[in-house]
Amino acid sequence: MEWGAVSSEGKKVSTVLESRSQRTLSPYDGVIMGADMGGSYGSTLRYKSVERIKPIGKQTLLGVSGEISDFQEILHYLDELIIYDHIWDDGNFLGPKELHNYLNRVMYNRRNKSNPLWNSLVYLGMVGMIGTYYEDNHVVTGFGNHLTRPIMRAEWREDLTFEEAVKILEKCLFVLLYRDRSAINKFQIYKITEEGVTISEPYALKTFWGFSAFQNPTKGAEGSW
Amino acid sequence: MALRGDWVYENNGGTCVAIAGSDYCVVAADTRLSVGYSIYTRDYSKICKLADKCVLASSGFQGDMKALQKNLAAKHLIYQHQHNKQMSCPAMARLLSNTLYYKRFFPYYTFNILGGLDNEGKGCVYSYDAVGSYERTGYSCQGTGGNLITPVLDNQLKSPSPLLLPSRDAVTPLSESEAVDLVKDVFASATERDIYTGDKLEIIIVNATGIRQEFLDLRKD
Repeated sequence: MEWGAVSSEGKKVSTVLESRSQRTLSPYDGVIMGADMGGSYGSTLRYKSVERIKPIGKQTLLGVSGEISDFQEILHYLDELIIYDHIWDDGNFLGPKELHNYLNRVMYNRRNKSNPLWNSLVYLGMVGMIGTYYEDNHVVTGFGNHLTRPIMRAEWREDLTFEEAVKILEKCLFVLLYRDRSAINKFQIYKITEEGVTISEPYALKTFWGFSAFQNPTKGAEGSW
Repeated sequence: MALRGDWVYENNGGTCVAIAGSDYCVVAADTRLSVGYSIYTRDYSKICKLADKCVLASSGFQGDMKALQKNLAAKHLIYQHQHNKQMSCPAMARLLSNTLYYKRFFPYYTFNILGGLDNEGKGCVYSYDAVGSYERTGYSCQGTGGNLITPVLDNQLKSPSPLLLPSRDAVTPLSESEAVDLVKDVFASATERDIYTGDKLEIIIVNATGIRQEFLDLRKD
């Protein structure tokens, strides 16, 4: 990844802070989302406790991958919306469908001005940097599309319990940990049901690196490193 | 990366088909949303019901498709408030053309087909390019599988040749059920060879009694 660079119009054209895949599953009575907690600055793993998922109001979770500063700006926009709602004091509040529409339009309109929010957002569905969006029973950003979507397609069922859904999510996070160089072994799982939002403590998955092929990596190719 | 202009667009794939008959119109599209070599979802509708007798099917960049549908739906609502009636298909056809041309220098990357019944109750199909050039035809296909399907429809629909003089109405003499069966066959074929077409087929049939919807499973590979 490049350093933050400024184009002739004075806008930032390259990403500075990037964090990768995170995913969400919808079991029978709620939604769970999982993400790793790493924030990279190019190839440097700069931050190790980044919370990439935030609860919005009482009914939604918003997860993000991509430019962290743009995520913070989105949270700022959402705060404004919620405060504006609150001061009407008429009992109405923003639900997931309203949020869905708002975020979609924000991403698409920034793309129209050639000044995108360099993020992929995950909430009721997924919306990408240029405004492409979709809803499904399981949603993923970044590398997850290639590595974990097949796992979720094979294992997701209508009647998953929370524990089963977490197992599938952990399997996916595991694959990403092994294969995505910007993932770190520190995860959080967020759960949202009618009762509210539950956030797990950061935890690590058990990895195994003792494969015999790793013992002497240059055995088959003398002189390489 | 953002200095080049092509990141603002992507092709989310998919195919749309519409066939006009003497008193019906069939509009169909697959439901796969793709990006690159990945499938985002197998269940995304590319068809939008704009008016009682007017249905829009689009393929191309999904962000623009969604924005265009919202745009037209909003304009249609204003029309209804001002004229106290629904827009006719030919009127919507011109509106769509103008809406697309309005963004001639930053186009909607959408390939549209508008299908429905005209003011006399006959089936009509309008076919568009990305910047609003349009024509009323008897049938049309757009999208990634369009080139695979068009020759088959040319052959099977038994429509009068466009080269005949005096020019004849291009609607097909087939019955509604024959046309629907043909659409199913034609999508099954396109699914075999086009990687972006598949999963499920959504068929909308517009006739004098209203709008009916059918689904057909397609190959998921």
